[in-house]
Amino acid sequence: MSHLSFATTLTAFALAAFVHGTASGVSPADPYPSTYRVPVSLPTMIRNATVLDGLGLRMDNADLLIEDGKIKALGKALPNQAGARVIDAKGRWVTPGLIDVHSHNGVFATPDTAGNQDGNETTSPTTANVWVEHGVWPQDPAFGAALAGGITSLQILPGSGNLIGGRSVVLKNVPAVTYQSMKFPGAQQGLKMACGENPKRNYGGRQQFPRTRMGNVAGFRAQWTEAGEYLRDWKRYDETLQKGGKTAEDAKPPKRDLRMETLASALRGDILVHVHCYRSDEMAVMLDMAREFGFQIASFEHATEAYKIAGLLAQHKVCASMWADWWGAKMEVYDGIPENIAMVDAARGGCAIVHSDDPNDIQRLNQEAGKAMARGRAAGFDIAPEHAILWLTANPARSLGILDKTGTLTPGKMADLVIWNQNPFSVYAHADQVFIDGNLQYDRAAPAIRPRSDFLLGQPAIENGERK
Amino acid sequence: MRTARYCFIRVAVLLATTFATMALAEVVVLRNATVHTQGSRGTLERASVVIDDGRIVSIGTNLPVPPGARILDLAGKVVTPGLFGGIGTVGVVEISLEPSTVDSALRMGKMYPEFDLSLAYNPDSSNVGVARADGIAFAVLAPSARAGVAGQPGSSIVAGLGAVVSLAEKMAHPPSVLVVDLGSDVNALSGGSRAAEFMLLKRALTEARAPRSRGTNEDSMLTPAGHKTLAEFLKQKKPFVFAIDRAADIRQLIAFAKREGIRAFIQGGAEAWRVAEELKRAGIPVIVNPFEDLPESFDEIGASLQNAARLHQAGVTIAFSLNESSPHRMRRLRHAAGNAVANGLPWAVALDAITRVPAQLFDVGKEFGSIETGRVANLVVWSGDPFEVSTLPERMWLNGVPQSLRSRQTELRDRYLERNKDDSRR
Repeated sequence: MSHLSFATTLTAFALAAFVHGTASGVSPADPYPSTYRVPVSLPTMIRNATVLDGLGLRMDNADLLIEDGKIKALGKALPNQAGARVIDAKGRWVTPGLIDVHSHNGVFATPDTAGNQDGNETTSPTTANVWVEHGVWPQDPAFGAALAGGITSLQILPGSGNLIGGRSVVLKNVPAVTYQSMKFPGAQQGLKMACGENPKRNYGGRQQFPRTRMGNVAGFRAQWTEAGEYLRDWKRYDETLQKGGKTAEDAKPPKRDLRMETLASALRGDILVHVHCYRSDEMAVMLDMAREFGFQIASFEHATEAYKIAGLLAQHKVCASMWADWWGAKMEVYDGIPENIAMVDAARGGCAIVHSDDPNDIQRLNQEAGKAMARGRAAGFDIAPEHAILWLTANPARSLGILDKTGTLTPGKMADLVIWNQNPFSVYAHADQVFIDGNLQYDRAAPAIRPRSDFLLGQPAIENGERK
Repeated sequence: MRTARYCFIRVAVLLATTFATMALAEVVVLRNATVHTQGSRGTLERASVVIDDGRIVSIGTNLPVPPGARILDLAGKVVTPGLFGGIGTVGVVEISLEPSTVDSALRMGKMYPEFDLSLAYNPDSSNVGVARADGIAFAVLAPSARAGVAGQPGSSIVAGLGAVVSLAEKMAHPPSVLVVDLGSDVNALSGGSRAAEFMLLKRALTEARAPRSRGTNEDSMLTPAGHKTLAEFLKQKKPFVFAIDRAADIRQLIAFAKREGIRAFIQGGAEAWRVAEELKRAGIPVIVNPFEDLPESFDEIGASLQNAARLHQAGVTIAFSLNESSPHRMRRLRHAAGNAVANGLPWAVALDAITRVPAQLFDVGKEFGSIETGRVANLVVWSGDPFEVSTLPERMWLNGVPQSLRSRQTELRDRYLERNKDDSRR
């Protein structure tokens, strides 16, 4: 189900690129490229596990072979592999590594000090030029805590204080000194937009634009209009060059504008759009806006009223990234219900994602999904673990455009996976071992194989720099 | 603080409850259940609980069935006392970021220990219904000096009076605890230094011990009513709840409480496990947030998922509460208890920490926190282990009255389940 929809989403992006043309200058090569390298690791054979493959299947007593950082094979009674480390996972469960599409780790870092506030550039309502990655502090202890909860990849988003907050980044959740060495190779960046109360409170409170939801939408439309013009200018420039007879200088390249570069890239589908939006009516406005300007929304973030428009979201092939049971903090979150995830999931073609937006909840996304399953079942939906795991793996991978690389245990994909001590949808579940690209990054039983942030090192309040 | 007015209200509420119960008078037998009484009977397997006219008349195995009784076979399901929802703002905050609906912090510029938050309690608040529908029977209303979600801190580290609230009653109990916020979160309220938090407290307590001079005194910190309140807390050894995290601050608090002769509870206590022996010796209980494991401030560098287990192992009395000012997450407390179990706390101790222990700490152990013969029924039937995220409550009695497990949220759910069906038909 997710694969069909994913293919359609890809088509939609391809279509966007076609409609908006190739505009050479709009999406230049990443000047801050990933330096993440897959470490050399032993081949690993995991035997006798209960496997949820992220494609909707459950296999009992299954084996999984990791080789060269990739999933090599998944099946019953796989032949022995010479030189492989063998892990007996009898009674344990294996799932793809969990993916959180909505984290502020590293930018609203712990400790929550004034000096660590790097997530909201609230000096202008539209800051498409800022890149969240430039604020990510790799030593935030929250990364290691998330790893202990089985998180192998995560999208760091700017906050929702602005209408257009800036570019997001997808990271591999590995201990690192620079963010570039966490940057998920080949993952697209995202664009963070925010509907509703946050931007209007932020600026309206200072007697600035926008002060209302009307202003929010006018603010978005002005930006997208300008982005369309920017894209058109680059296309004209390309056409002039193609006609020949002019040097690049004579053809007058448009003046580079970092804000417009981000938005024009989003119009072309090179950057994926994630919209913070709670109310169903506002999400419907955003869907119309996306059509008006010709971009595809990858996911609505928070979407606490997604259950009211589950069919509409499915029809537009837009995922909803949701909490299990959060509500009530703001007027626009008043109608949040714990069946939201299950009701979005139940729509034909629906794409439900469990997200955290929180350095605590990211450690327990499996439990959040477990709550949503329970509420869904009580509301009459039949939700098996092999299906619910998609909310934490394949569906977030799809919304981040990395489903071809991770998010399922398909041979050939990155060996990002978790061995759980039991059914992961239990309050008592622990991630025993977490692999990223086949490399054992976390082992509950081996203190040496657990991340230690520089920040915690040498702090008398904890032992050996280890948060536990 | 049990004034005549309060007594009148309590009697009125009890009478109302009695009439409601009489209208529903029947005998119900909950049969074939695992009953965690958290009381004198311990845990009973394949047991029955007989509720007659809202009162528990017997608990045990192979009980005779009273004639005319309605029998509910629970097929091994779990029965617990109605749960504790923690210390927080249920019914005094409707929407955290809407100031017109928030009553939890006082900002009048002075220290008002007499600030009685229970007067703001609204039993019709949607979060009361949502919490009750998840098996929560009682909670402690507590004012907070800390900046909440709305970012507005109170004006004194002495946040005011807290009170037990039964989620089945229309009014809160009389206030019974004094809530004091300490540590870096509130040092702006003590001139920028946490050292002055103890200085201010000391001064207030000294004032309260001295006889109050007549008329207004320009130099006094306390109003006449505040003076009376604090004096009463000192004299009657009523508990102060201190929200505090850092180990060094907890050591100071232990010494302060001893010097001043006050009864102290700690709320939060992220680093309490590091001071466990001292807390045990001082007999100070800790109301822990089992989810807290990140160094969210420099007061919480040692935060650990094993805080509860380590405190318990050292012999410290523990109860649980989330430390959020938002009342909308109370139903997570039972999952938090499960996480404490996953991190080393014995299961039965974790259940005590959200039933019997807080009921006793807050002096309502005769109403809440355990299932005993002769008491008014306050209990929940669960589909399974109440700590499990897959478990939901199925039936509940509060103050002897069967409770609906519906809330505003179930209304919304059902409306859109129906509409979504129509959508798919189109």
